[in-house]
Amino acid sequence: MDQGHSKHEHHTPGYGIYIIIWLVLIGLTSITVTVAGIDFGMIALAIALFIAAIKSALVINIFMHIKFEEAIFKVFLLVSGMTLVVIFLLTFFDVYNR
Amino acid sequence: MNHTENAAAVHPVHRDDVGARMGMWLFLFTEILLFGGMFLAYAVYRFQYPEQFKIAAMELNTSLGTLNTVILLTSSLTMALSITALQKKNKFLSLVMLSMTIFFAFAFLINKYFEWGAKFSHGLYPGSEELLAKSNGEIVFFGLYYMMTGLHGLHIIIGIAILLFMLVFIIKDKVTYDNHVKLENSGLYWHLVDLIWIFLFPLFYLIH
Repeated sequence: MDQGHSKHEHHTPGYGIYIIIWLVLIGLTSITVTVAGIDFGMIALAIALFIAAIKSALVINIFMHIKFEEAIFKVFLLVSGMTLVVIFLLTFFDVYNR
Repeated sequence: MNHTENAAAVHPVHRDDVGARMGMWLFLFTEILLFGGMFLAYAVYRFQYPEQFKIAAMELNTSLGTLNTVILLTSSLTMALSITALQKKNKFLSLVMLSMTIFFAFAFLINKYFEWGAKFSHGLYPGSEELLAKSNGEIVFFGLYYMMTGLHGLHIIIGIAILLFMLVFIIKDKVTYDNHVKLENSGLYWHLVDLIWIFLFPLFYLIH
């Protein structure tokens, strides 16, 4: 029992990591807002989505503990994420070729 | 796997925390697909009407959107801290952090109220004459805006209800340092709401 419990506690991060991640998220938000003010034309959307992707990776891995979960959780996440990607790709293949 | 078996051995009541979290994640995936479908509709229409989306997005209040982003990110932090505090047997800090999360959730809704209120007073609401006089792309933009931020707002309201239950559970010691999977799952739900906003914010408020 003790082994299992201490193992779990070992995987539970302290307060510090969350505050650091929060600061990074706030920093990324200010970057995204600043960048949106500059005219980057077509790549503006790509930059915004790239920053949003980094932010969501931080939230999923740290705040939502995926980094500390068993492998099966990551497999689930990958499958649902890929499903979404496939739906987007197939739809755009259709829309783009109309 | 070990953790599951060990947890069951310690507690007289049979419990499967990993299974509970897994169930929560499966539910979250259905949420991701629900919002994913809407993001897909958004993507297709933005591809179709890029210029009109730009014009329509200028009506949105970027400062209020940014403020709400910061509020939600901070509420995610206090949520995570609340769980950690409980795990470290600090019930009081956990309650304080959870109360702050609920406070931020209300702050988000109040901002949303003023934001939507301003749009309504400008005659920009679904089906209004002023909106219907605009181009197709702008009508679709505002339709998606109200639908997606509205559904997101509904999730915030549901989240507040869940977090209030957790507050009572912690006070009554139904959720404790060694039995906190309910609080963890509520946290997962709350972070998902934050996650969706991370994408809503740049896609609606930051088009220039």
